[in-house]
Amino acid sequence: MSMIVNRRDLDFVLYETLGLDEILNSEHYADYDRESLDAMLDLCQTIAEDQFLSCASKLDANEPQFVDGKVETIPELKEAIAAYQEAGLCASAYDADVGGLQLPWMADQALNGMFVCANNPAHIYLFLTQGVANMLNACGSDELKSKYLPNLVDGKWFGTMCLSEPQAGSSLADIRTKAEPKPDGSYALTGTKMWISGGEQDITENIVHMVLAKIPGSPPGVKGISLFLVPKNRVNDDGTIGEYNNIALAGLNHKMGCRGATNCLLNFGESGESIGYLVGEPNQGLANMFHMMNEARISVGMSAVMSALGGYLYSLDYARNRPQGRPLVNRNPEDPQIMISEHADIKRMLMTQKAFIEGAQTLMYYCAELIDTKKLSTDLEANQRRDLLLDLLTPICKSWPSEFCLEANKLAIQILGGYGYTREYPVERLYRDNRLNHIHEGTWGIQGIDILGRKVRMQNGAAVKILREEMQATIDSAAGHAGLSSFCDQLNEYLVLIEDTISVVEQAEDPSLALANATIFLDAMGHLVIAWMWLKQAVAAVNGKQKGNAADDAFYDGKVAAMQFFFRYELPKIKPNLRLVADLDSTCYDLTAEQFLGV
Amino acid sequence: MKILVAVKRVVDYNVKVRPKSDGSDVDLANVKMSINPFCEIAVEEAVRLAEKGLATEVVAVSVGPKQAQEQLRTALALGADRAVLVETDESLEPLAIAKCLKAVCDAESPDIILMGKQAIDGDNNQTGQMLSALLDCSQATFASELTLDGGKAVVIREVDGGLQTLELSLPAIVTSDLRLNEPRYASLPNIMKAKRKSLDVKTPDDLGVSIAPRVTLLGVELPAERQAGIKVDDVAMLVDKLKNEAKVIS
Ligand SMILES: Cc1cc2nc3c(=O)[nH]c(=O)nc-3n(C[C@H](O)[C@H](O)[C@H](O)COP(=O)(O)OP(=O)(O)OC[C@H]3O[C@@H](n4cnc5c(N)ncnc54)[C@H](O)[C@@H]3O)c2cc1C
Ligand SMILES: Cc1cc2nc3c(=O)[nH]c(=O)nc-3n(C[C@H](O)[C@H](O)[C@H](O)COP(=O)(O)OP(=O)(O)OC[C@H]3O[C@@H](n4cnc5c(N)ncnc54)[C@H](O)[C@@H]3O)c2cc1C
Repeated sequence: MSMIVNRRDLDFVLYETLGLDEILNSEHYADYDRESLDAMLDLCQTIAEDQFLSCASKLDANEPQFVDGKVETIPELKEAIAAYQEAGLCASAYDADVGGLQLPWMADQALNGMFVCANNPAHIYLFLTQGVANMLNACGSDELKSKYLPNLVDGKWFGTMCLSEPQAGSSLADIRTKAEPKPDGSYALTGTKMWISGGEQDITENIVHMVLAKIPGSPPGVKGISLFLVPKNRVNDDGTIGEYNNIALAGLNHKMGCRGATNCLLNFGESGESIGYLVGEPNQGLANMFHMMNEARISVGMSAVMSALGGYLYSLDYARNRPQGRPLVNRNPEDPQIMISEHADIKRMLMTQKAFIEGAQTLMYYCAELIDTKKLSTDLEANQRRDLLLDLLTPICKSWPSEFCLEANKLAIQILGGYGYTREYPVERLYRDNRLNHIHEGTWGIQGIDILGRKVRMQNGAAVKILREEMQATIDSAAGHAGLSSFCDQLNEYLVLIEDTISVVEQAEDPSLALANATIFLDAMGHLVIAWMWLKQAVAAVNGKQKGNAADDAFYDGKVAAMQFFFRYELPKIKPNLRLVADLDSTCYDLTAEQFLGV
Repeated sequence: MKILVAVKRVVDYNVKVRPKSDGSDVDLANVKMSINPFCEIAVEEAVRLAEKGLATEVVAVSVGPKQAQEQLRTALALGADRAVLVETDESLEPLAIAKCLKAVCDAESPDIILMGKQAIDGDNNQTGQMLSALLDCSQATFASELTLDGGKAVVIREVDGGLQTLELSLPAIVTSDLRLNEPRYASLPNIMKAKRKSLDVKTPDDLGVSIAPRVTLLGVELPAERQAGIKVDDVAMLVDKLKNEAKVIS
């Protein structure tokens, strides 16, 4: 059994629940069909298992070292990344016009998901590089593109995103890095960037940093932030590597998880000039940086799903092979012990993992499908709908898996008992790796404010209306399946509850109090959306069972059971939480810092 | 020089195979299938010979169900030039496969036939040898090195006592051992290129070959669970047990 993917489930999500086949039928993706994608999935599974999974534990135990201002990583990491590059994976998602393989984003997520599950930190370098290349392609000048893009697309050079500073994390308005214009049109950057993933490494000969900085005289706050491309080593006009660009590695952060991905404190322009080039217009830095934000945040959610999937698969296999205890009704010590997967409590923990992971995974692919269909469509109105829906769902995509798939990791540890708490087994590492996802790309709290303060209100609540219509479409598709009708009713009931909560919050006079419980609302709305994803899957499972062969019965029955589990064990939990939000409960809001300790 | 390389679709080596609940066979429902690892090594060897300019064409052949096209496509993605599938849903014994391969060889006239030394499903280690008998050509099994030298093949074989070197006249059959090479991975662009390469489908009937099974599978069961070991008091007791209980020494 694979420890990084359930291919049956992947097929079910992509082709039975969602419509990857329709996307493949489009002219833009005419080169691809299910058969060729299957072959690609096979290949990626093999490379991910052989090269990435095999060194995940070693990479975790041997984090990159800071030696004489440089970074040293273990050789296995370089070999794994080389295998990924040689398989052509770096170029998978880009369109053919920039030298890519032009795969649908849905398919690309599926291919890359296996690498994330196998070895999340190793994949961080690759994921960042893709983000940088996309940003450069979307916003950069032709000159910059021709000099930097091909090597990023090929994965010969890696990229980083330099937003955060020691004093400015969530609040980017407060960044201090400066970019002084030079006579030749380039800029000299000075300042300190904190938390930079992949900021230094010994894998590629050059690193392309995308840096947020302020040009002197620009407006204060986020309106005065510009985006710069700053290479680690300057690049000569003939494309060869030139002089060192004076970006000093001041230190590495020692992290809880994802240890194989370097995380750096970088000083720009300290010992000499760090030359950068403006990307896009001045003062449009944040907008340009956020150009790929929906995609980036969905990828963070995907990473949370994948870390949890690794724990789920491992704990499931363990539970089926660990004899411990006897049935409650038969305690005869002469009888053999039963596998722990027979205990009701273990089944509960396995089911909770399944419900969280497969529910969240469906949401990730649903959003990927929105991105793909938007790209293929010329229907402006339909695309505006897709954009609004994506904007609304993005904070949920980012945060819900970061919270609940992390819970899944906790349960995987629990199933392994004492062994789960040791480093001989991978489940504690997966938990640590996953813990990051709530923090980067906008913290949990920031996502809460985003959804309740902005997303549900945009264009007079247009996005929530679209969500209602889409949910209704799923409910309609369940008509005729008698077994699903009570779940359809419940979905509708909880949607009304969410809508009512939103309208109370909108009418609140004190905007700070209105958002005081925003994070709780974010989680609750996430539960509603995941319940919807489960209803979608249940409809597909019932249809599949009618058409399919008996060998698939267990798979489909498990899907319907998981849907039922989510509606019965999880969804009702949001009622009291939504009550707190709608009551504008101020228990936390009213607290003073002194009240915690008395001083 | 033309190389024919045989490729078998088998259960992936990572899969823990279990018997069906009725014990009639192993359970292959929803399990991952792959190229037999020894066949993968044979494909790699063929492709390397082509890359060195020593072979002009590499033809991958499989005998098996329609889905074996996936494994042939993999061989094409790894560098084979074209493929032939002898399609059948029958359960296949080594002799049936060897007969099908013989018919394909008769049509293709390869100079070298590269195969795995065995497939990890049946572990029979027979097909190459049988094919050699049917074709009446030279064979070298368990190859760990293959060089071509002016119309001859020189093969180093892994045998019990060490290594044996054989010189073969062509056409010849060479079956690969584990250390012949380390196969490469395919790449996404090559998977796409493989789609456009030719894949011919024939049936055993087309080839005039009878593949009727000659062996009946009576049942499949898990090996008996290993009993817990015991600690012996001294060497004398150990010797006694080896003699009288295990009966492995006398
Ligand atoms: C492993 C790792 C990798 C990273 N990689 C990168 C990278 O590659 N590039 C990059 O630029 N950055 C990166 N970051 C930085 C990351 O984006 C920041 O850590 C994050 O934005 C939070 O900033 P901070 O750590 O300064 O926390 P703070 O902003 O100090 O936040 C601390 C707490 O206060 C809360 N908070 C802050 N402001 C508010 C508010 N207005 N309302 C409510 N709550 C608030 C937050 O939710 C959080 O819980 C990385 C971080 C980590 C840990
Ligand atoms: C850091 C650490 C320190 C420890 N210190 C000590 C110590 O000082 N002395 C000592 O004696 N032990 C110690 N232990 C052992 C600890 O008590 C055991 O790990 C614990 O009892 C669980 O046993 P197990 O690890 O074998 O897991 P298992 O018993 O195999 O349990 C695995 C999972 O199956 C579930 N399960 C098992 N049986 C049943 C059942 N009948 N019904 C329902 N669910 C079931 C469990 O709840 C668990 O989720 C320590 C463990 C750790 C991790």
